[in-house]
Amino acid sequence: MTLDLLVPLIFIFALAIFLGVELISRVPSILHTPLMSGSNAISGITIVGALVAAGEGHNMISTILGTAAIVFAMINVVGGYLVTNRMLEMFKKKEDVK
Amino acid sequence: MKFIAEIFYLIAALLFVVGLKKMSKPETARQGNALSAFGMLIAIVATLVHYHILDWTYIVIGMLIGTIIGAVLARIVKMTEMPQMVALLNGYGGLASLLVGYAEYNKQYEQVINPDVIHTIDLYTSITIILTILVGAITFSGSVIAWAKLKEVMTGKPILFKGQQFVNAAILFAAVGGGVLFSIDPVNNYLLFLFLIAIGLTLGITSVIPIGGADMPVVISLLNSYSGIAACLAGFVIQNNALIITGSLVGASGIILTKIMCKAMNRSLANVLFSGFGSVIASSTGKSEHGEVSPVNVEDAYALLEAAGSVCIVPGYGLAVAQAQHACRELAELLEKNGTEVRFAIHPVAGRMPGHMNVLLAEANVSYDHLYEMDAVNPIIETVDVSLVVGANDVVNPAAREDKTSPIYGMPIINVDHSKAVIVMKRSMATGFAGIENPLFYKDNTRMLFGDAKHVLQGLVAEFKKN
Repeated sequence: MTLDLLVPLIFIFALAIFLGVELISRVPSILHTPLMSGSNAISGITIVGALVAAGEGHNMISTILGTAAIVFAMINVVGGYLVTNRMLEMFKKKEDVK
Repeated sequence: MKFIAEIFYLIAALLFVVGLKKMSKPETARQGNALSAFGMLIAIVATLVHYHILDWTYIVIGMLIGTIIGAVLARIVKMTEMPQMVALLNGYGGLASLLVGYAEYNKQYEQVINPDVIHTIDLYTSITIILTILVGAITFSGSVIAWAKLKEVMTGKPILFKGQQFVNAAILFAAVGGGVLFSIDPVNNYLLFLFLIAIGLTLGITSVIPIGGADMPVVISLLNSYSGIAACLAGFVIQNNALIITGSLVGASGIILTKIMCKAMNRSLANVLFSGFGSVIASSTGKSEHGEVSPVNVEDAYALLEAAGSVCIVPGYGLAVAQAQHACRELAELLEKNGTEVRFAIHPVAGRMPGHMNVLLAEANVSYDHLYEMDAVNPIIETVDVSLVVGANDVVNPAAREDKTSPIYGMPIINVDHSKAVIVMKRSMATGFAGIENPLFYKDNTRMLFGDAKHVLQGLVAEFKKN
């Protein structure tokens, strides 16, 4: 790993942090709970790392660790998105409320 | 072929960004969530297609198990239990990142000890791996403790002992020192690596146990941020842009929510994390100037509400505990039918996590355009005829404004005492979650309506229907 490769990663990191701050500041407090469970689901992106680890087949220990990581990341992803959807479904305006 | 995978990761990241953007309005939030989920699907498929996946068995099994557990959890969870659920999911995210870091280290280690290949673990890899492990471990064990406190499996009170700061400092020192040692020589330190996982887990536990149940909204927000940072660090380990971008988005979101929560409680983050709120309260009793309380019965309260042109309902967690959301919505509907303007005023820390009360009211079919933030209500509160406080206490305590000796002095509150009349629905004269005396109850324009929130609300509903 050379510095040349690291710099672009840090570039991306800094810009993403800035973007995150801008995006989240605009969310009203009424939606903070679904926002939190939704962004939580997004952090399940670790699933990508887990899939690589489990699928490379380098050795048994790494495969087992990767598989366990898949299970937990998947709970995080599926549970997070579904529960967020369940909450947002309930947010209705007057005319929509029966 | 990595190039094509990268393009798909970029598309996924853009979908997450657009999804989060759409989260800023209730009308588009659901669509935003769906877009974000679609982005995740793209990221997963891109990974499966373009990396050298040799063995599909474990992947399929792992994904199936995770999906089933996640779907069941999401379906059965009650809305009042949402804070625990989010804490738990956070923890799993952290654990997954930890496992990814561990798997990567193990892979590298096996290559080093394999005599057929020449391989070394460079400084960059060892530093990012150890950071991922530590943050992932703290996120996991911290979230489990937060979950246990919210679920009331363990005491919600701060757990404090002598020399706690010293013990925490020592553990932190061990984590940093051990991390440095490992980074310098990752090849000969497999045991140290395992020890550092244990240290991270311990640190998560010891840093959350001294924080009281009332401060859990802050802790959950912070842990949310950690889970993002853990994913981001895992991205640095495997040099994957998707993880770095997404992880930092979530990390930033958690930090902002933490800041908002701290501001709503008028406390610094350091104060929440290190002081143990309960112990602060116990030391400062404050003056208790008792006046007369004016209790009213349901009929009198009905008369007040019936004559009111505008009513502001201030719900607290007590409303959710009494399962009175539906009765509350019914009363609001009847008031509207009676020509009264009804607003729900929601304090940022009402409930057990940021925005929790809004979800609970939405579940009870309260239209979201009736929900007002504290800052929107306070400027017009003087024009409100009756403020109806249901199961809230500290967030309407005028001591936060008037009494400099009060532990909550300076905390922004909903100024219900400025409205023309206040009806406080309360089980008894006991103090609230934070254990602070509330002078609101003794004000001239305050009427106390004692009883279980659900019964009392149903009583009011019955009165309206009768007349």
